[in-house]
Amino acid sequence: MLSDHDHRLLKLIQQDCRLTPEELAIQTGLTVENITHKIREWEDQNVIVQYRPLINWERAGDESVSALIDVKVLPQRGYGFDKIARRLQKFPEIKAVYLMSGGYDLSLLIEGRTMQEVALFVAEKLAPLEHIQSTTTHFVLRRYKQDGIELISGDEAPQRLMISP
Amino acid sequence: MKRFLNPTVAGLPPSGIRKFFDLVATMKDVISLGVGEPDFVTPWTVRESGIFSLEQGQTMYTSNAGILELRQELARYLALTLGLIYNPESEMLVTVGASEAVDLAMRALLSPGDAALVPDPSYVSYAPCAIMTGADVRYVPTRASEQFRLRVEDLAKAYVPEAKLLVLSYPNNPTGAIMTRKDLLPIAEFVRAHDLLVLSDEIYSDLTYEGSHTAFASLPGMWERTLHLSGFSKSYAMTGWRIGYVAGHPDLIQAMTRIHQYTILCAPITAQVAAIEALRSAETAKQEMVAAYDRRRRLLVHGFREMGLSCFEPLGAFYVFPDITATKLSSEEFAEQLLHEEKVAVVPGTAFGPSGEGHIRCSYAYSTEQLEEALKRISRFVWRRL
Repeated sequence: MLSDHDHRLLKLIQQDCRLTPEELAIQTGLTVENITHKIREWEDQNVIVQYRPLINWERAGDESVSALIDVKVLPQRGYGFDKIARRLQKFPEIKAVYLMSGGYDLSLLIEGRTMQEVALFVAEKLAPLEHIQSTTTHFVLRRYKQDGIELISGDEAPQRLMISP
Repeated sequence: MKRFLNPTVAGLPPSGIRKFFDLVATMKDVISLGVGEPDFVTPWTVRESGIFSLEQGQTMYTSNAGILELRQELARYLALTLGLIYNPESEMLVTVGASEAVDLAMRALLSPGDAALVPDPSYVSYAPCAIMTGADVRYVPTRASEQFRLRVEDLAKAYVPEAKLLVLSYPNNPTGAIMTRKDLLPIAEFVRAHDLLVLSDEIYSDLTYEGSHTAFASLPGMWERTLHLSGFSKSYAMTGWRIGYVAGHPDLIQAMTRIHQYTILCAPITAQVAAIEALRSAETAKQEMVAAYDRRRRLLVHGFREMGLSCFEPLGAFYVFPDITATKLSSEEFAEQLLHEEKVAVVPGTAFGPSGEGHIRCSYAYSTEQLEEALKRISRFVWRRL
């Protein structure tokens, strides 16, 4: 069970992984040694998997596209969905693989340079795979919010008074 | 035209904050730590419920005391969080900010010749509201060496037989001081022995960073003697909605409601509807804001101590109140020179009462980036003077 302290520390690192153990110590009241130890432990256990920024590619001028693919799969005896899911996650074009409840089985996030490239990947690589019954491709037209961060807000930050009681 | 003015009003000293506000307004690129309100926007679910109520056409007056549903939610909240039991039908009044409740309480209780005991330093409006009733104000000094807690010895020194009302405001603006149950018990004993009423402004109660907040009204025998004031501004980041409330003995609430019905009629309905939503579903958002304040609090205290200033650790509200006497400047000089030299705005401690001398109030309702930049500038300024 994750303690409150640990949960808060992880959240803080998730919000800004550039904070140094010294800075984290000042803000949390924990010791630098304690924090360094915790972080190393989480890294070893793959709790902290990677440190990387959230990039707004659209704003950066990158025009690549992504799509969410609903996939219906024939589960395999003795393996369920795991075998096909593990096979799918090897494709570098596939950025995320989720097992879903509801009308289809797997949800995939695919990225490519053009719509054509994504469509071809689905038609030539994905759909013909054994045990895949059907695919439905939904292209992402715009990202408004990702990982809890609003990418497009458009609102100007409201102004507070400079001094108030 | 000044001859037409009510002499009591004409004689009110201008707010120490106002003077500084005018000065800051003339300058550009100022980083301000002078704000007494959250930097967060009201949680979306709360804003959304206000918008929806407008779409539904909820644009009428409400009952004088406020929407009953809101008072019921408040009664539940006070019982669960502070162990305070109030009847929402007769012992609660929803006001236009806790500020209105301060004014109503003073007007309902004080007459010329009475005296009010006010901790010093404390929020700017207690003394003027008391003075406007014709009552006298007796300041009770508090000190950094006592973590700015109100001590019964100081209370006894300030006491006069005319004293009728004691103001308590913990967690405190501007010092960030809190009073634990143990600290409050001797005060309660004094209140009982001297037959006082207490106006306890606990608007920062949710912003307590160590231990849990003790409501003064929850102490033995204090329920009848206490008006419990609070509001949504600080803990739910709802300053502009202007919703506060007061709970207490029905005789007192009835008298305050009478003034409220003639002067205000009711708090705005949109804001009341939003406040109901805040109590029902903004707990997580509130906890996240509290956690962020707590981190910034440590950052700021650490920063001031690093630059060689003594700074007691505030355990409530969102202010630190460092001691700047090492710079050999008065509070006002420090604040003015800091503004001119480094373009950082802080509020001189004296804006909150004479015992604020030697201190400045710095709010940490800012992003850590802003706080770090402000600390850098303040330390440059301080080092030039140490």
